[in-house]
Amino acid sequence: MSRLKILALLPLAAALSGCDYVVLAPAGDIAAQQRDLVIISTVLMLLIVVPVMALTVLFAWRYRQSNTDARYEPDWDHSTKLELVIWSAPLLIIVCLGALTWMGTHLLDPYRTLGRIHAERAVDQSKAPLEVDVVALDWKWLFIYPDYGIATVNELAAPVDRPIKFRITASSVMNSFYIPALAGQIYAMPGMETKLHAVVNHAGTYKGFSANYSGAGFSGMHFNFWGLDDKGFDAWIASAKSAGGSLGRAEYLQLEKPSQNEPVRRWGTVDADLYRLILNMCVETGKMCQSEMMAIDAKGGAGHQGLNNTLPLAYDKYARRGTALGPEPSFVAGTCTPDAPQGKTTASITAPVDTAPLLGAGLKRPSFTPLKSSSFFLGQRPKSDS
Amino acid sequence: MSPDLLKLIFGRLGFESLPLHEPIVVGTFAVVALGGAALLGGLTYFRLWGYLWREWFTTVDHKRIGIMYMILGIVMLLRGFADALMMRGQQMLAFNGSEGYLNAHHYDQVFTAHGVIMIFFVAMPLVTGLMNYVVPLQIGARDVSFPFLNNFSFWMTVGGAVLVMASLFIGEFARTGWLAYPPLSNIGYSPDVGVDYYIWALQVAGVGTTLSGINLICTIVKLRCPGMTMMKMPVFTWTSLCTNVLIVASFPVLTVVLALLSLDRYVGTNFFTNDFGGSPMMYVNLIWIWGHPEVYILVLPAFGIFSEVTSTFSGKRLFGYTSMVYATVVITILSYLVWLHHFFTMGSGASVNSFFGITTMIISIPTGAKMFNWLFTMYRGRIRYELPMMWTIAFMLTFVIGGMTGVLLAVPPADFVLHNSLFLIAHFHNVIIGGVVFGAFAGITYWFPKAFGFKLDPFWGKMSFWFWVTGFYLAFMPLYVLGLMGVTRRLRVFDDPSLQIWFVIAAIGAGLVFLGILSMLVQFAVSFLRREQLKDVTGDPWDARTLEWATSSPPPDYNFAFTPVVHDNDAWWDMKRRGYQRPLTGFRPIHMPSSTGTGIILAGLATAMGFGLIWYIWWLAALSFIAMLAVGIGHTFNYHRDFDIPAEDVIRTEDARTKLLAGAK
Repeated sequence: MSRLKILALLPLAAALSGCDYVVLAPAGDIAAQQRDLVIISTVLMLLIVVPVMALTVLFAWRYRQSNTDARYEPDWDHSTKLELVIWSAPLLIIVCLGALTWMGTHLLDPYRTLGRIHAERAVDQSKAPLEVDVVALDWKWLFIYPDYGIATVNELAAPVDRPIKFRITASSVMNSFYIPALAGQIYAMPGMETKLHAVVNHAGTYKGFSANYSGAGFSGMHFNFWGLDDKGFDAWIASAKSAGGSLGRAEYLQLEKPSQNEPVRRWGTVDADLYRLILNMCVETGKMCQSEMMAIDAKGGAGHQGLNNTLPLAYDKYARRGTALGPEPSFVAGTCTPDAPQGKTTASITAPVDTAPLLGAGLKRPSFTPLKSSSFFLGQRPKSDS
Repeated sequence: MSPDLLKLIFGRLGFESLPLHEPIVVGTFAVVALGGAALLGGLTYFRLWGYLWREWFTTVDHKRIGIMYMILGIVMLLRGFADALMMRGQQMLAFNGSEGYLNAHHYDQVFTAHGVIMIFFVAMPLVTGLMNYVVPLQIGARDVSFPFLNNFSFWMTVGGAVLVMASLFIGEFARTGWLAYPPLSNIGYSPDVGVDYYIWALQVAGVGTTLSGINLICTIVKLRCPGMTMMKMPVFTWTSLCTNVLIVASFPVLTVVLALLSLDRYVGTNFFTNDFGGSPMMYVNLIWIWGHPEVYILVLPAFGIFSEVTSTFSGKRLFGYTSMVYATVVITILSYLVWLHHFFTMGSGASVNSFFGITTMIISIPTGAKMFNWLFTMYRGRIRYELPMMWTIAFMLTFVIGGMTGVLLAVPPADFVLHNSLFLIAHFHNVIIGGVVFGAFAGITYWFPKAFGFKLDPFWGKMSFWFWVTGFYLAFMPLYVLGLMGVTRRLRVFDDPSLQIWFVIAAIGAGLVFLGILSMLVQFAVSFLRREQLKDVTGDPWDARTLEWATSSPPPDYNFAFTPVVHDNDAWWDMKRRGYQRPLTGFRPIHMPSSTGTGIILAGLATAMGFGLIWYIWWLAALSFIAMLAVGIGHTFNYHRDFDIPAEDVIRTEDARTKLLAGAK
């Protein structure tokens, strides 16, 4: 084995020179502290792993059958002293590691606002952090800069040494938002919001991607993250502004349709309410937002009259396709507003947007029509009257 | 015929369901079909069907069922490993603008199938098979508590495997990853049959696993021979007991979570959808509440095997038996308190994350104690380097690395940068291959002479060993490195050409493992051909310590002519030392359970029901379900459940052994 291993090391040595160990040499303070924890924990564990491996080799060699010089005690099977050592040595390591874990986990909680820019500099509390709203779409990333009113796809930039506050959600399935050079990852989940606080300390271009498999176009779901100096960042914002275009609800509904290997796109203006609508899964006009529904629920629902709403309530953007034995596809159009006291909305409602390309590029969707079973299996269900 | 009628008969099954557009699958199908036809033809030609049916398929003998589990595990290993080779090939090639040779639709099925098959249909059958074979012998029992149930459990596991294999050629498998997280696995994003195959394969096999867990718990608790108190049980039996407790407590969770997912998919409920108040996070929690104990279900029996092997080949009592037992029990309990470490990155608070991180680390204390116990068993021993011991040393050196990276991943901030990366992939292959697979191989080479009466050929065994060990390191150390470069899992194509060299090395490693698997198959064939030279007539080829070595190899149907009486936890060692004399007279008829075909029929019907549900062929599902009930009720009227082996037969068998033993001296 050893000879083979040495042979194997040759290409390794050649390869090592060109490699970017980004997890071990990140550009952001959070990732750097996480890296430190990786290294400290490893060293702590090596304290016990190395002796165990050495003893294994030593005993395996020394007590081989052909070595008749070694002592042989076939009935020796207990030693209280040794038992104490073998239970307490790992215990001590774990006590240290546990304390480290408790502190590290709290200090590096992604939801915690930053206290420092890097080891020698505290955060200037008078300046607001850069806010970025992140949406994982099938299969690309949408970044909205609410303070600047711009939006981009598959391109993210931030000024060096300015804390960034990410709010993260997804449009359809689970993804994980991860820029290894900046900070650890966190899941992006539809209808839910996660948060991440981070800061980049060195200018440069870094890779960002989804770290949670999300379907056919997953491999192409990556973007460049630019760490820029203040001047560079202002220029980047200005160029995005000048790109023109506007990202509103209609454009978003087009954008969120599944697509692969999307190029960078920029919009000079963006609907200020868009992120809230995405998070509440009600970008389509006329759909009830999760927040509205939760408000109704918090008041105890809407009684019998509410059945018409709450039974077939479907927020998700494709509406329900229906299942084999389930009720027919339906969705809720929204609540009454002063403009539409009867609950009628001005927009014409055609429930699902195009559902065709869910399987990714070049693949046809298998034919699937739900059995119209609700009538004879489950009795007549109340229909949404919108 | 009208489309409505076709739909009524065939559900969603049609000609377009056959993957004729995938040349790789068509080629595989041709090979499998030819091989299958040759096998079936051969069985018919040599008139083996009757023999197979009477002696194997319908048997309730725990030994034969154990062997069938092992065959299932090894056959499925070939399929699961073919998937692994395809992945390594794809990731090695897909650089510099190349798309590789697998499209997303195919590649995503390959990695899902690899995970599902390796865990459910390779590791589980190998572990269950060894427990089934060895545990009753180790505790001096004639069979398991419920022999018919044992046969049924085995065939249900086969039924699940059949459904997974069917998905290769009829329709497709899930493209969701091996745990099928919603919303991706929900009807909205996976409308085709893949996830349904996944659900029903696991549900059918899961029934088998749960029932076999109950069976083995009863066996260990109730059927131990006189004198074998709990603290005199062999360590392998102890770890088996704990494993089966884990199975019984955790598999129902899997059954329920998959049932909820199927309700979402079939009747439009909303447990795990994005809308209607459903929450995919619930699924992730539930599936890992099963999933984490599952890894201990696999590794605990392996720990037991290493304990037996170390003690036998060091010619020494196991060091720290009591602490070994307590370590096993502590691991069993703690394995329920750590599931959240699989998704620290879901955004739980820091206190929750650190709680689960620290409980995870605590598991490493009993595991570390076990490691030291094996070390001090070797200390002042006389170690014979037969194959099982070689696997054990390889395990000890490999597993500590996997354990170390595992504890590292249990530190939540470290997990944030390493989660879902190839570092994680390297970690769990490090513990599953280094622990479970090496353990299964140690167990196979250790107990093979017991099962067949001849040892395995050592030359090909060593070839297999070295190919596996070097192949493992070459295949997975590069993945640790790639993980530190921030490369994530399940990617199909890559941009950065500097990564390619690492994937090439990993692919070479996978190639070596492939040679290791081939060597193992050659080893079985060569050992069979050389069975006369490798023969063991003593029943105790390794000078071993526990009861299974007290009887002949292979053991008679009834295992022990007289139930042994135990005075020590190394019962057979103790008997040998006290100058135990095998009884030669006084044999009496032995009461045994009868074979029955009900198990295989029920499992066949359950598989047909699964197939009907997958393809929406409702009449088939309903019919199979009713037939299952009918067969099940019918079986309660079967009064030919047991028989007595006449005393003359016992005398004949035992006399033959007496002659063999005399010849050996």
